[in-house]
Amino acid sequence: MNAPLIWIGIPLILAILLWLPSRTKVTAFLGGISALFLAASAWFIPIDTAIRISDALSLKIAVSIDILGRQISITPADKPLLALLYGMAAIWFFGSSAAGIARRLVPLGMGILALFIASLSVKPFLYAALIIETAILIAIPLLSPPEKKPGRGVIRFLIYQTLAMPFILFAGWLLAGVESSPGDIELLTQAATLLALGFAFLLAIFPLYTWIPILMEEASPYAVGFILWLLPSVALLFALGFLDRYAWLRNFAQLPAALRFAGLLMVGTAGVWAAFERHLGRIMGYAAIVNTGFSLLALSLLHDSQLSAFFLLMVPQGLGLAIWSLSLSILKLREGSLNFKKIQGMIQQYPIIISGVLVAHFSAIGLPLLAGFPPILALFEGLAKEGLFTASWAALGIVGLLTSAFRTLAVVVMSPKDSTWEMRGSWLQNILIGIGIVLILLLGVFPHLIYPILVNLPATFEHLSG
Amino acid sequence: MQIISWIAVFLIFVSTLSLLITWDWRWSLVHLALLYLGVFWLTQIHWTISMAAIKLVTGWMVATILGITRAALDPEPASALEHSWSHGRLFRILAAALAFLLVISVTPTIVKLLPGIGIPEVAGSLILMVMSLLLLGLTTEPLQAVIGLLTFLAGFEIIYAAVENATLVAALLATINLGLALVGAYLLTAGTDEERGATE
Repeated sequence: MNAPLIWIGIPLILAILLWLPSRTKVTAFLGGISALFLAASAWFIPIDTAIRISDALSLKIAVSIDILGRQISITPADKPLLALLYGMAAIWFFGSSAAGIARRLVPLGMGILALFIASLSVKPFLYAALIIETAILIAIPLLSPPEKKPGRGVIRFLIYQTLAMPFILFAGWLLAGVESSPGDIELLTQAATLLALGFAFLLAIFPLYTWIPILMEEASPYAVGFILWLLPSVALLFALGFLDRYAWLRNFAQLPAALRFAGLLMVGTAGVWAAFERHLGRIMGYAAIVNTGFSLLALSLLHDSQLSAFFLLMVPQGLGLAIWSLSLSILKLREGSLNFKKIQGMIQQYPIIISGVLVAHFSAIGLPLLAGFPPILALFEGLAKEGLFTASWAALGIVGLLTSAFRTLAVVVMSPKDSTWEMRGSWLQNILIGIGIVLILLLGVFPHLIYPILVNLPATFEHLSG
Repeated sequence: MQIISWIAVFLIFVSTLSLLITWDWRWSLVHLALLYLGVFWLTQIHWTISMAAIKLVTGWMVATILGITRAALDPEPASALEHSWSHGRLFRILAAALAFLLVISVTPTIVKLLPGIGIPEVAGSLILMVMSLLLLGLTTEPLQAVIGLLTFLAGFEIIYAAVENATLVAALLATINLGLALVGAYLLTAGTDEERGATE
């Protein structure tokens, strides 16, 4: 038995088996339970340590597996990360039935997640770019249902994500050259430039994020939300892998400034665009861009806060996106559109579902007592030390997003005088969103609840964790 | 050998230019299949013939997958654009000329950066990448977008073959090419039932 087989091989097999159930609720339940089981096993089962089953029998889970001369290895240090990714995926899979896309999201999502984990575990890690591209290709049927003509968003997504791979592969080859001659400044600059270009495509950094709002408008918000949670998370972890491996890149003098610049551009521009939006899906898309911007800003503080600021953002952002996209999916399924005109006064028909949209939106801004508040506060504390300009740009993005939240609030409460309160949406939908709202509030009031998960996460990157 | 390499570069240039100005999907796929001949020749300079043949076979398989899928769909009525030579095509030819000038000016610099690689490989690779970016920038059609991406990857694979000759990389790149073709086929067929229903 070995770790890659358990946390990559089994999920890949599950991704095929989960097509079999004919009922969506069964698919969602089985997918959620499987992901939860994989998360729990990653948390509790030791890797590379003998487990005594009986006096005569003991079991040891090996770290790596060889495939065609290359190695895929999952070390004990990776366990918290696996538990986090599969745990968060379980939340998404459980909600998929309520969002009406369990039949596609659960099997495809399981396959995509397994491939992303493989991309983080493969050695030489250069092969990761190829595995990520394979996962991107599998994501296309998730984002574009077979019964609907593909829109501009999915085409742009495919183009931008595919263009990332050659840049990263080539940068990887140059990086090997830099390792052998670290004094070659020209080679170093070329490698850094290609790497930056590759990650700009992969992370949808300004101005390459145009596909996000378009896709939010044309595809299922829940499917896009899943990709907007998983893809940037894995791409950032992949980027951390580069930083962890190459000392020169870690100590590159311009790195914090470049990360800060990219992060501020994303937070500032997406926040401002969101303020002028009239479509709830597109607003969520811009909020997801702001999320990635915050993560980049957290990475720019690497030398001050190691990785704590970065990992602190992961759970609230993922949870917020799950609740937000689930609420939007339900509204879209029932009302057909997420335009302001269509959802005007809807809080009286969908009190819990609309509350889900608003709570997730305010959490993304970092409103006190919500899950997003502690990490965003910590981030602003770090940014303020960098200078007033930096903090002001980030604040501009927050103000833009806050404006869009108030506009949404104003629109959803604009009901006719004689309208009565109802509770539309199924019990399952309302209960799931209700649980999500409670979780966001709980994490806001008691942020230390996720401390046991976060405390060991930086250990995955031994040179960065300080 | 050098002369054949330059013929391959010329073939690549003609194929990519034709891809840019052809509206008919049949001709697009023929040009795509032709450009893989050039890719094969420029790749075999650094790889063994059998390894380089992977590119050719994969490329032709890709063109076949896309062709079979497209042929199964209802034929689209020829638009007015297809009959008007001046509309769009002139712009595309001018843009391609500019792109070609860019390739000529950049090629010597890239050759200096990558030791052991010849001018034809770099020129062929850059022509493929620049022209495909042009194609990608001018289309929102799934078939054209996938052809553009395949062309871009083909260009990248020529240069990458000069620096990396691992079998696993070749296999994974071939898988990605085939995957792109399957995605293209999926996107082509997606929504066709809805369209048929609307017309009936």
